[in-house]
Amino acid sequence: MAEMTLLQAINAALAEQMRKDKTVVVFGEDAGFEGGVFRVTKGLQQEFGGDCVFDTPISEAGIIGSAIGMAVNGLKPVAEMQFEGFMFNGFNQIAVHMGRMRNRSRGKYSVPMVLRMPWGGGIRALEHHSEAVESFIAHIPGIKIVIPSTPYDAKGLMAAAIQDPDPVVYFEPKKIYRAFKQEVPETEYIVPIGKAKIVQPGEHVTVVAWGSMVREVQTAIKSLEKDNISVELIDLRTIVPMDTETIVNSVRKTGRLLVVHEAVRTLGFASEIITRVTENAFLNLEAPPARLTGFDIAVPLPRGEHHQMPDPKRIAHEIKKLVNYKV
Amino acid sequence: MIISKYDPLKQEQFQVLDSEGKVVNPEYEPNIDAKTLLHMYRTMMLARVADIKALQYQRQGRMLTYAPVQGQEAAQVGPMAALEKQDWLAPAFREFAAMLYKGVTLEQLYLYWYGNEIGSKFDEGVNVLPVNIPIGSQINHASGLAYASKVLNKNEVVVTYIGDGGTSHGEFYEGMNFASVFNSPMIAIIQNNQYAISTPRRKATKAATLAQKAVAFGIPGIQVDGNDVLAMYAVVKEAAERARKGEGPTLIEAYTYRIGPHTTSDDPTIYRKDEEVEEWRQKDPIKRFKAYLIGKKLWSKDQDAALATELETFVTETFKRVENSDNPSIDDVFDYTFVNNPVELMEEKEKYKKYLKTTFLSSLKETSKANVAMKEDK
Repeated sequence: MAEMTLLQAINAALAEQMRKDKTVVVFGEDAGFEGGVFRVTKGLQQEFGGDCVFDTPISEAGIIGSAIGMAVNGLKPVAEMQFEGFMFNGFNQIAVHMGRMRNRSRGKYSVPMVLRMPWGGGIRALEHHSEAVESFIAHIPGIKIVIPSTPYDAKGLMAAAIQDPDPVVYFEPKKIYRAFKQEVPETEYIVPIGKAKIVQPGEHVTVVAWGSMVREVQTAIKSLEKDNISVELIDLRTIVPMDTETIVNSVRKTGRLLVVHEAVRTLGFASEIITRVTENAFLNLEAPPARLTGFDIAVPLPRGEHHQMPDPKRIAHEIKKLVNYKV
Repeated sequence: MIISKYDPLKQEQFQVLDSEGKVVNPEYEPNIDAKTLLHMYRTMMLARVADIKALQYQRQGRMLTYAPVQGQEAAQVGPMAALEKQDWLAPAFREFAAMLYKGVTLEQLYLYWYGNEIGSKFDEGVNVLPVNIPIGSQINHASGLAYASKVLNKNEVVVTYIGDGGTSHGEFYEGMNFASVFNSPMIAIIQNNQYAISTPRRKATKAATLAQKAVAFGIPGIQVDGNDVLAMYAVVKEAAERARKGEGPTLIEAYTYRIGPHTTSDDPTIYRKDEEVEEWRQKDPIKRFKAYLIGKKLWSKDQDAALATELETFVTETFKRVENSDNPSIDDVFDYTFVNNPVELMEEKEKYKKYLKTTFLSSLKETSKANVAMKEDK
């Protein structure tokens, strides 16, 4: 075991998988020599050489499109977008090829690649550096999406993503890259894609969150202890394929659901979660399922960003409203 | 060396055969064995016959939207003949003849344009990507295929195609730049067929040639008479040797013409004159290659007539099989989404199957009866 931040855990996972599988290649803008602007890939080029870990031109379509070609032809590319806000420059490749190649070639070509990107707000960054973009990808068939919230999950999910035979988008919540450390096994382990985690069991309300929001919900839950409100917190971990079963089972027990996410409200992933819960546990509901999300606005610059990010106070407020709901 | 000798900035164009099929550049006449020459010719003819028939089938309501290739057969067959079996083709969407030469079957090509993905499941060992419709994006795939070939020492050269219109696209620049900076074994062929649907080449770029765009990537570029199959062969042969030696990509502009419409939905009479088309018909790639083969005593008019009849029958029978082929099964529609499909996706499929089987069984029967009736009408 070693104490690691989430960022170090991703780095450790990349190194571990590259030692094991010589076809893994890691690349992106500044991802080679200097190890990326956040240093997630630090030291990898020194260990694995410039053919396997390299800097690319500023060229998101080039990065994603060539990763697709590499994946078709025997490599396991782990490509980096420097920030999620720049994903859109390469979005054509994500939307029209990454998740489609297997289907449209009827299985002749698969695309076993990982597309990493720092994700979400909370670091007082420049414009276009703070977006939660998971729903854009979730709307494209054929692509898996994971978002870890702890160093342990970050390492195990990266191992799973690299070994997955399909394309996986791996979002890295940048707000908690270095927020805390956790004991992480130094040997390989897998956190399976498609399995949510019950972070803590509870009785009165189910809260679903992912990425940096998991910690915010945990803080909110602590503040509610004095009110004797018992919350079941589920860390979704995988957006696609979503673990409907774990959420539905929880809501059947608690009768109440709150989904918390950073992304804007309209067609944010809460919409999908609430729909599936309504389809499967309608008669168990004690209150209308609720969501606390970013507003339908552009992410404000740092001086106003806190309005857009759900915080523990607002989360606690929503939970109380749900628990006190009367028909 | 051909490529370094023809400067695109001086608008020099490489040619071996003139439009009458005479060798005008004997120094560079490639040394191709008779069997290969005849296979090249046969493939060009097959593409021509199948192309004309596809257009007819579409006009008869038997084929869906189709992008004709007529006039561009040399720009496609020449390069493919210069490659090795293991080499890759990353096509755009008009590379019908190139795909045929590289081992995609006519039945597969027809199935794709007939609206069935199974047509893109090429046989084992046929290193060809499916038809690529979003303009320019195939260049990036090609650069990735080529990078993998390089790092894994696979000795595979990747040829990718783009149109004159596609060179305006950002992905063209990104892909070319990627391949160039990593010195990947890639050859990009611009089929300059003079039009991007209705927009003429001169309205898309101020550059005098498209080949000169290579200069900015720091790689060799050359403009070639794209209706000259021997010139296309010779240039790609040299570019492939360069790529295999680790000397990186080459950009080739094949100067050619699309005789037919952009697709079956297009009406080219709106934007170009008949005289222009007629002028290009005189430069037909098949006509001049035939004259060359006859001149070399490798081919005769009688053989040519026999081949035309044989291909006509082959194409007709192939299309009959395609028309009688089954539509994709429900399993096929769903199952290729992921290698390991999520449980809920499979549940969706099962629910849909159940719906088809039980709830609307009677209407389903009627639909299939209607399908049979449609087929009989034909």
